Amino acid sequence: MKYVDAEQVKKRMNGRIIKNTIFKSSFLIATLFGLVVLTILIYRVFADGISWINWDFISGKLSTDANRAGIMGAILGTFWVMAVVAPVTMIIGIGTAIYLELYAKKGRLQAFIQTNIANLAGVPSIVYGILGLTIFVRAMDFGNIVLAGGFTLSLLVLPIVIVAAQEAIRSVPSHLSEASYGMGATKWQTIKNIILPAALPGILTGAILALSRAIGETAPLTVIGIPALLIPFPGGIWDKFTALPMQIYYWTLDSSLVEEYANLAAATIVVLLLLLFLLNSAAIIIRNKFQHRF
Amino acid sequence: MALNSKLAKENNVQVREMIEQKQKSRSFLTIFEKIIPILLFLFATLSIITTIGIIYTLLIETIHFFSAVPIWDFFSGTNLKPLSQNPEFGVLPLLNGTIISSLIAMLVAGPIGLMAAIYLSEYASDKVRRILKPLLEVLAGIPTIVYGFFAFTFVTPVIRSIWPDVAATNILSPGIVMGVMIIPMIASLSEDAMNAVPNSIREGALAMGATKLESTFKIVIPAALSGIISSFVLGISRAIGETMIVTIASGSSKNFTFDITQSMQTMTAYIVEVAGGEAPAGSTIYYSLYAVAMTLFVFTLIMNLLARYISRKFREEY
Repeated sequence: MKYVDAEQVKKRMNGRIIKNTIFKSSFLIATLFGLVVLTILIYRVFADGISWINWDFISGKLSTDANRAGIMGAILGTFWVMAVVAPVTMIIGIGTAIYLELYAKKGRLQAFIQTNIANLAGVPSIVYGILGLTIFVRAMDFGNIVLAGGFTLSLLVLPIVIVAAQEAIRSVPSHLSEASYGMGATKWQTIKNIILPAALPGILTGAILALSRAIGETAPLTVIGIPALLIPFPGGIWDKFTALPMQIYYWTLDSSLVEEYANLAAATIVVLLLLLFLLNSAAIIIRNKFQHRF
Repeated sequence: MALNSKLAKENNVQVREMIEQKQKSRSFLTIFEKIIPILLFLFATLSIITTIGIIYTLLIETIHFFSAVPIWDFFSGTNLKPLSQNPEFGVLPLLNGTIISSLIAMLVAGPIGLMAAIYLSEYASDKVRRILKPLLEVLAGIPTIVYGFFAFTFVTPVIRSIWPDVAATNILSPGIVMGVMIIPMIASLSEDAMNAVPNSIREGALAMGATKLESTFKIVIPAALSGIISSFVLGISRAIGETMIVTIASGSSKNFTFDITQSMQTMTAYIVEVAGGEAPAGSTIYYSLYAVAMTLFVFTLIMNLLARYISRKFREEY
């Protein structure tokens, strides 16, 4: 008795190979689909917006007149929000990561905090907006100022920084810190002089990615209540503000009323995407240039 | 000999002094060493405080809401008229909008994301993968507001030119765009799961004469199934929580309908509308914000826990 019928195998071979080829190309098409959409998206945004970008648009004030509108206020708003988010998330994020990786005893509490951080990363951004509205804007009575927006966005991106910092700290080999202990250094001296400098590129990369996530976030800001009105340029963290994504939001919504607003929104998107591109390039450069391989 | 002992004596004094000096500075150091972990622990508790803050604020205001609107009316009502003379607060239109938009998104992102994952993990050469994967991840880095703009000003007009029945604001276009946004997430998580399948069993299948396609569908995918399913669940959770795309492109109609050519409001879009409408604190509308947010929070939390449970419980170990 033959276990394998050679004739049958031969007959079916061609079909199986063809099927494999067809599926392979459909898998490739599926992979390219996303990239095609990405290309169309970027092309559309640039085609609509690029001709509207000039110095007056970048440096000008908001205006209901599409031809005179500028986004300096939104740029400054985004800048001030970043000035809050960057230090807050760096300090708290790195602190939490050091505690979890180097101080916390492996046990229930540590596992609980870890699970909690993972869950926080999955909470929709708009829920953070409600938290910010209730705590920072109303209960602490900040109003809708830069500080309230910055704190809200900080809470939102904090899990990203923590997880990145944890991974960076974990990747520092233990022989470095053991050598430091062997020289008589204390734990904190070892962390400060050995572990943190070695982990810094990884931490910075994570922090920059978190920052670029915060720059593009719109939903929490809509809940906090960013005015669509003309407000003076924000000069510090206690001022009312608008931000680039909020400006895109308002102009897109109103583009059914005034057609040129769609162009203004597209032009603002170009500015936002360039900003994100710069940040991400910086992250990649830092990662490639300063990453030690141990 | 005498010299030696004299030297030793001098040295001894010096060393003793040094030790004493050292101990003095040590006592400062030990305090410092004890304060640092406490400080760092306080930083770490902030994440717990955030969770408690979210649950506490949502819960308190939701309880207020349910003292004005019976809980059963909220969860079974098909009418949502917060601004009318006799306001009604049924959440079903919003749930319906959320579920339908997420379904459309998953119909796009599920198959395409999985197919991309199969290509990247099973077919692509290292070189191709190293180019394609970061490019695909650019999609995940684009702010959602940009997708909202894209859905509203490009995808909707394109759909309407093919299918004129579609309204200017509809649930179909944001659903599709949301799907595109989720593709990289599903592709990358599923690819991770498939990469974790050891090469030995893959090569075993190939050595038996299976084609790549057969080894993929009969060996790799079953082995990576828990990771793939959990990536789908995370994708759904992401779609449920997505805000700006649906807010911009799907409008604010609160009709209870299954017609995907029409405007529908999701839970997230309702929150944006009500919060942006300057609802006076203490009004029922204001509290309805929290009840809807609570529903949204519970939904996404269950999804996230489920995803983690699936990937942990049903993981195949090799």
